[in-house]
Amino acid sequence: MSVRVGVVTFPGSLDDRDAARAVRIAGAESVSLWHGDPSLHDVDAVVLPGGFSYGDYLRCGAIARFAPVMEAVVAAAADGLPVLGICNGFQVLCESHLLPGALIRNDHRKFVCKEQALRIENTSTRWTSEYRESQEIVIPIKNGEGGYVADERTLDELEANGRVVARYVDGNPNGSYRDIAGICNEAGNVVGLMPHPEHAVEALTGPGTDGLGFFLSLAGVAAA
Amino acid sequence: MSSTNLDTVKNAKKTPHQPQPYAELGMKDDEYARVREILGRRPTSAELAIYSVMWSEHCSYKSSRAHLKQFSEKAPATDVLLVGMGENAGVVDVGDGWAVTFKIESHNHPSYVEPYQGAATGVGGIVRDILTMGARPVAVMDSLRFGRLDAPDTHRVLPGVVAGIAGYGNCLGLPNVGGEVYFDDSYAGNPLVNALCVGVMRADGIKLAKADGPGNKVVLFGARTGGDGIGGASVLASATFESEGGTKRPSVQVGDPFAEKVLIECCLEIFAADLVVGIQDLGAAGLSCATTELAAAGTGGMDVDLDLAPLRDPTLRPEEILMSESQERMMAVVTPRHLDAFMAVCAKWDVTATVIGTVTDTGRLRMRWHGEQIVDLPPRSAAHEGPVYERPIERPYDQDALIEHDGHDLPRPRNGSELRATLLRLAASSNLADKSWITDQYDRFVMGNTVLAQPEDAGMIRLDESTTRGVALSTDGNARYTRLDPYAGAQLALAEAYRNVASTGARPLAVTNCLNFGSPEDPSVMWQFTEAVRGLADGCQVLGVPVTGGNVSFYNQTGATPILPTPVIGVLGVIDDVTRRTPQAFRTDGALVYLLGDTLDEFGGSEWQHVAHGYLGGRPPAVDLAREQLLADILINASRDGLIDSAHDLAEGGLAQALAESCLRGGAGVRVILPEDADPFVALFSESTGRAIVSVPRSEEIRFTDMCTARRLPFARIGVIDLLVPNLEVQGQFSVQLRELRSAWSSTIPAQFE
Repeated sequence: MSVRVGVVTFPGSLDDRDAARAVRIAGAESVSLWHGDPSLHDVDAVVLPGGFSYGDYLRCGAIARFAPVMEAVVAAAADGLPVLGICNGFQVLCESHLLPGALIRNDHRKFVCKEQALRIENTSTRWTSEYRESQEIVIPIKNGEGGYVADERTLDELEANGRVVARYVDGNPNGSYRDIAGICNEAGNVVGLMPHPEHAVEALTGPGTDGLGFFLSLAGVAAA
Repeated sequence: MSSTNLDTVKNAKKTPHQPQPYAELGMKDDEYARVREILGRRPTSAELAIYSVMWSEHCSYKSSRAHLKQFSEKAPATDVLLVGMGENAGVVDVGDGWAVTFKIESHNHPSYVEPYQGAATGVGGIVRDILTMGARPVAVMDSLRFGRLDAPDTHRVLPGVVAGIAGYGNCLGLPNVGGEVYFDDSYAGNPLVNALCVGVMRADGIKLAKADGPGNKVVLFGARTGGDGIGGASVLASATFESEGGTKRPSVQVGDPFAEKVLIECCLEIFAADLVVGIQDLGAAGLSCATTELAAAGTGGMDVDLDLAPLRDPTLRPEEILMSESQERMMAVVTPRHLDAFMAVCAKWDVTATVIGTVTDTGRLRMRWHGEQIVDLPPRSAAHEGPVYERPIERPYDQDALIEHDGHDLPRPRNGSELRATLLRLAASSNLADKSWITDQYDRFVMGNTVLAQPEDAGMIRLDESTTRGVALSTDGNARYTRLDPYAGAQLALAEAYRNVASTGARPLAVTNCLNFGSPEDPSVMWQFTEAVRGLADGCQVLGVPVTGGNVSFYNQTGATPILPTPVIGVLGVIDDVTRRTPQAFRTDGALVYLLGDTLDEFGGSEWQHVAHGYLGGRPPAVDLAREQLLADILINASRDGLIDSAHDLAEGGLAQALAESCLRGGAGVRVILPEDADPFVALFSESTGRAIVSVPRSEEIRFTDMCTARRLPFARIGVIDLLVPNLEVQGQFSVQLRELRSAWSSTIPAQFE
């Protein structure tokens, strides 16, 4: 049986269909999850996609955190459910305190959309096992509020425990501290990533297929 | 509101001589007299509000309509047009049961007053037009014109416009895949913001704006009505900024992209369940337009209780509600049987929906305010029977002198080093420089179907992941050419957009247009307009691509000085297999570079004339539409058969600029050998049309040249791609390292705004 991956749609989610497509291309089954439905419908993993949940007129992700589906996600994450938050999803994970730190307005104060090089720093998470240690990949980045910030002690802890999952190389697109593009929780099942692997799963429409590894890494999750 | 202040129909009959502020609302004496004649009494203030906005230039096309008829009269025979002009947007059959709808529209004046919101709501408005046809909006692009790059007001307007387009479009989740940005003094007090949207649907899913079926319910849904943009349609779009006196300058509409995103998903769910009889978005002239147009196109009557409209500001008067241009609103006609299901979908998406009226067969649009009759009019009279003007037309007095002084004696570069300097100077000039500072603020990846995006010749979108079918879109417009010859200028814009689409491998199918001009009350502007319309209609007829819709924007001027006449033409093409698309970049080592078409000594209105000498004169490059068709055929066939691996059309800046762009896009060098008999300056910088450069893998060279020979398209082998030596070299003349070229090309815009 293939892995069942839930993709949450909040009002204002934009990359939910892209995430579902990426899941399918990786050979898994995608399951639509609705923000107002507290059930996870027995999925094996969850993607919180990019977008502007509830318009993000307050703080990005601040309202999505209170959606009924997030109660279930937070509880399941504590039990080890793999959760990947991309862009707005990363912001939601930080607001939900599943991940430390916060994402603030880009330092240059403009939205940025470009192909971005990353270095995968931790390949032992549930979402990055398909990559080689220190592998460099290119996937799109697109955000207005993607600057990762945290206090020095948190940053040191993240570094010391290998919880920096991906780092920007060849230039920092948004002012993130220590070039951090993605982090994970202590257990490695919850990953937040500012760039968009779901937009790099088909050579035709993305910069390449470097993003596919995040979704392929889930193979075997159902059996586990 | 106390009913004593309410101007009811009853009151209007009793007080026929009460003075009314029709002039302040932009109506002429005879227009007001005509309203009285239609109604057989004076209008109520609510009726006056409706007629004033519906008969404004912006909504009624009263100065242009007589000329726009040519688009229908000269329309080429085609079987691809499912919905033609007159609806919210045209719909084109692109095969396999798929249909595509697209349209471009201006939001110029609001973008000058308030750049961020003006541009943002421009995107929002055109997206709703596309949605209204029953389609899922799948991409946007923008055609922008600003004053000089270094002008102080450009620094106010441009960053706001770009941030507004980004803020709204990105939040809707629509990829921005193309467009253009040009700078010229004439736009300093009047920037142009033309927004295009394209949507995809199944051909049997088309929705129309009509209120059919007496007893059916009229539902207003989406955002609540507020005081923003009141009078925007009639006053903002019909008066210039410099006019003194009583012109009120109303607030620009304020956009809420989240509300629109939710509205899109809500509407698509409603369409999928087939829950509406008719649907109309609320844009310019808001409720006035939606109610009169829906009623006029349907059974013919509608009763509305205006006080049921949900308000953001409870103090709004009925006249203000009718004129409000609050964004993110839609109106649907729903059968009683489907009403509960309709409301349930709205509730799922937290979209406010309210039944405010009923379709009737009375032939009258009647509105009540707390039970009192305040509107009772025949809807067609407001929606379709507005005034039509045959404005005076006069060829500008300076037109002959402009053509005669063709700049043939302007000093030209004489040697390799001067040619090299010219290449770098042009590449760094504001109109030709890298625009990624702007376009990198737009999301081009969302939805996962973007096959090509800026700076490619055209944007290309896969219709859906279930198919390899796609559409390509390009917008183009060269205002300096149009100033020199508006008939040719419109055709040159059409030809360039057509060529751009074909360069990617897609077959051009249909046209949309946004005609930006000065005041129609200025006979020389009217001459420019009528010549451009005639040129476009004739050009579309020859190329076999029908005009499916568009927009006219008049009164683009500062004081008495109009902008350069700026017809912006959008061409849509279809490609069966998007994996066959041809990109712009040089990418294959050893591939041969061919120049297709003829190069003549043509510099009238050229970028070189403008940049090197600040000069404008002569005739624009000659139009040869038959050649454009032939070139397009070759480009499309070569793409389909895999004979070329890059193509780039030649336009502003000529061959030199095209080579530079293809080199920089691919990070590949090229060694160019110009034809022996050619004047190097003319060969490199002329803007002759009907040309493109392609790169041909050596294995395909014979097949490719055989095809050109058989079809009698002139071709010349001018160079070879070299991935190892990153130079643009013109043998015997000069060589430029790509690093230096890139630095010149890409630093111009950031240097102004960083």
